[in-house]
Amino acid sequence: MPALMAFSFPEDVMEHIFTFIDSDKDRNSVSLVCKSWYEIERWSRRRVFIGNCYAASPRIVIRRFPEVRSLSLKGKPHFADFNLVPEGWGACVDPWISAMAEAYPTLEELRLKRMVVTDEGLELISRAFKNFRVLVLSSCEGFTTDGLGAIAANCRNLRELDLRECEVDDRCGHWLSCFPETCTSLVSLNFACLDGEVSFPALERLVGRCTNLKTLRLNRAVPLEKLPNLLKRAPQLVDLGTGSFSVDLYPELSSNLLGAVTGCKELKSLSGFWDVTPACLPSIYPVCSGITSLNLSYATIRRPDFVKLVSQCHNLHQLWVLDYIEDSGLAAVASSCKDLKELRVFPSYINDAEQNFQLTERGLVSVSEGCPKLRSVLYFCHQMSNEALFTIARNSPNMTRFRLCIIEPHTPDYLTQQSLDAGFGAIVQHCKGLQRLSLSGLLTDRVFEYIGNYGKKLEMLSVAFAGESDLGLHHVLSGCPSLRKLEIRDCPFGDKALLANAAKLETMRSLWMSSCSVTLGACKLLGQKMPRLNVEVIDERGSPESLPDDCLVERLYAYRTVAGPRFDMPSFVWTVDEESNSRPS
Amino acid sequence: MSPQPLSVVEERQGNASIVSSSLVHGSLNSAELKERNYMGLSDCSSVDSCTASGFSDENKCSLNLKATELRLGLPGSQSPDRDEDNCVLSSGKLDEKPLFSLLPSKDGIFSSPQKTVASGNKRGFSDAMDRSSEVKSKIFHEGKWAYPSDLPEPDTPQSAAHVKFPANAVVKSISSKEHSGSQLPLPTEAFQDRARGVNQISAGQMTPANNNNTPPAAKPQVVGWPPIRSFRRNTLATTSKNNDEVDGKPSSRPLFVKVSMDGAPYLRKVDLRTYSKYQDLSSALESMFSGFTIGQCVSDCAPGKEPMNESKLRDLLHGAEHVLTYEDKDGDWMLVGDVPWEMFVDNCRRMRIMKSSDAIGLAPRAAEKCKTRN
Repeated sequence: MPALMAFSFPEDVMEHIFTFIDSDKDRNSVSLVCKSWYEIERWSRRRVFIGNCYAASPRIVIRRFPEVRSLSLKGKPHFADFNLVPEGWGACVDPWISAMAEAYPTLEELRLKRMVVTDEGLELISRAFKNFRVLVLSSCEGFTTDGLGAIAANCRNLRELDLRECEVDDRCGHWLSCFPETCTSLVSLNFACLDGEVSFPALERLVGRCTNLKTLRLNRAVPLEKLPNLLKRAPQLVDLGTGSFSVDLYPELSSNLLGAVTGCKELKSLSGFWDVTPACLPSIYPVCSGITSLNLSYATIRRPDFVKLVSQCHNLHQLWVLDYIEDSGLAAVASSCKDLKELRVFPSYINDAEQNFQLTERGLVSVSEGCPKLRSVLYFCHQMSNEALFTIARNSPNMTRFRLCIIEPHTPDYLTQQSLDAGFGAIVQHCKGLQRLSLSGLLTDRVFEYIGNYGKKLEMLSVAFAGESDLGLHHVLSGCPSLRKLEIRDCPFGDKALLANAAKLETMRSLWMSSCSVTLGACKLLGQKMPRLNVEVIDERGSPESLPDDCLVERLYAYRTVAGPRFDMPSFVWTVDEESNSRPS
Repeated sequence: MSPQPLSVVEERQGNASIVSSSLVHGSLNSAELKERNYMGLSDCSSVDSCTASGFSDENKCSLNLKATELRLGLPGSQSPDRDEDNCVLSSGKLDEKPLFSLLPSKDGIFSSPQKTVASGNKRGFSDAMDRSSEVKSKIFHEGKWAYPSDLPEPDTPQSAAHVKFPANAVVKSISSKEHSGSQLPLPTEAFQDRARGVNQISAGQMTPANNNNTPPAAKPQVVGWPPIRSFRRNTLATTSKNNDEVDGKPSSRPLFVKVSMDGAPYLRKVDLRTYSKYQDLSSALESMFSGFTIGQCVSDCAPGKEPMNESKLRDLLHGAEHVLTYEDKDGDWMLVGDVPWEMFVDNCRRMRIMKSSDAIGLAPRAAEKCKTRN
């Protein structure tokens, strides 16, 4: 019983007050005030977010927060998306599920990103948590549609089943048919990443009886002919991901589709459009003016059709497209979509330098000029100039996420042949709220000086083929007060900067360095000096014991943790420190 | 702390490339000059003088060894003997006027007088922004310290050298007492025109990133670059195949398949498009799964050649510890190499490196299929 002061509130009042505190940051602050608040807070926390699943352990989480209803976990480092982390590295969620099956029988939500999920795990979820409602799997792998079938069959109150770009072994079974006829609770269903066909009658019935369904994202295997029926059963849809959008439209289908689409008066978000043929696009014109989010990044249509479509979408906040849109297409976006906040332009031809269409830095510049609310950019292109970056920085001071990928490494400013240090420097200087930045092109150590100095709010930095010396890394690690995640590949950064800034790493979530100049000896030293970091060497050449200290490691992944070294590592991963040498699994 | 005379710059060109602490004060880093002097001192007439005034010598090499000496202290701590002037982020050290005013209201960094830049000749003070023009190719020398070159003499009409401004120039401004905290002047568009003159000369010394050079031939594919998720890569690959309209070079689309190996705890993914024949694939896999010998791949079974027969296959298996097999679109496991390469790429769904002993059973079927296909 805490010492009572005359004006302190009883505990249950505090508890009630704490229920209004949602943000993790605030709750963390609250828990530090005093022991009493710590206790009240931990008993009342319902949502836990763990940005690195190895930063804690199931036991630790359960011990501190006994009444959790929602858990979010992220596993592999971001560069795993690009095949830089060998498979089998880790991040399997099963131990978490097993532990929670006992400790959190009332668990309702599980959101996982870049984790390995198994069918057994999914099955356990479906049986252990009676009130399970939300399953969101982003970039996960390791399971099959059988596991999905278990979820569908056993989770009586399932609201959300959301598979985002997962690698699922599609057994082409009838997982969708496993939803019982009594299931009416679905609010969100996204199976766009699956390969196989689902039973269309089952799908239609499911959609028809889930009257609260707001999000429906179909996979490619759902042909366009099936769409009208689905839409007619779900006119309340807010977010639609079409299946294949290609067919020789015969008149009846065409008017059918148009009518069905028009009936969806709440539609705000459109995606899918696999295999789209331009002739089918007019069927969505009726809803364009209400659309706020449009994902055409799998639609290989050319600029004229893009422009016709996009220029009707005056309320667009978010646009994802392929580079087929060209500069002139983006100019059309700039003049039509004045509320645009997020733009992503993906490359269609990755290795082809001879494009027969024209997407350059000018497209991005025109969007930054025409769209004053622009704050999030992902842009792939082949050329860039400092001048363009200056303009963008000046036009978009509210930018929070800026990821530029110039496809050929070391590409200089095409106008001046100089490095792009100045341009990126302008971005960090002018966009004072910048939280995420990805660099590309020809860059020296100077750009890191700018970043370290100006990137006060920068939380995540991605670097590839840049810099000249350890100084670059030193600039970043000794600056950037808000830095949480730093990922680097193929840069000449080595031991000195790393060791000189060892303490910084404990203030960050993680550091990834691959194909850099970090020696094994430095990794060991780092591991030894920083006991609350796991310093993992991921190297397929053999055990660190057999390699000399001055050899360069292939990949280094260092992250802070309260759980100590992990024990589920495959044979090519070692947690290193000098004392216990290297510790394989 | 007077600026160095021009002649010093020329002398240094021939100096050794070792950077040492003794060069810290008032000396230019010759290595940098040497490495970064793309144009030769007298070549580029379009280069202006760096007219930035008042750079102290000690700032010139501020980014030097000492600054990066290993210190295991907390970030920001400096040992007493460290020359603070050389500390990159130290503030308020020197009297130099900053080359740029960093007042927030001033948009000056973008309003660089293009007019004065156009000629590319000598400029006024404001053109000191040119110091940020860094015509540098990627400089990555293994194990060497590659420092940005120091700012050469500000007053005299420099030719090429000063165009490659080192970060030092920037650092000097940081150190200015007039500004609290470290503020980096940002370069402007000014240098562009000037740098155009640099173009020709620098181009030749650029690393392959420069598109002016040889036409892009078959470039070696870098793993995980550009950073696109496999899901997107594979989806677009199949999309382009279907879509005649955009058909250009279908062979340039990546095609990832999983490769597992018996006994290895992990899988890899390989992009079959990066190889043009079995031999390439074989060597790539060997290096990925180091520690095993894939043995000979069954050589291309080109039409017209003698069809593969059982005994031939058995001979091949005999010599190797492991063999490479693949699952084709029919779901059958075949020996890699039994069909022409293009057909293999079209049919292969995934691969498995099997022990030879396990693979013997495949030989007959492989031969059969090969016969029917040929």
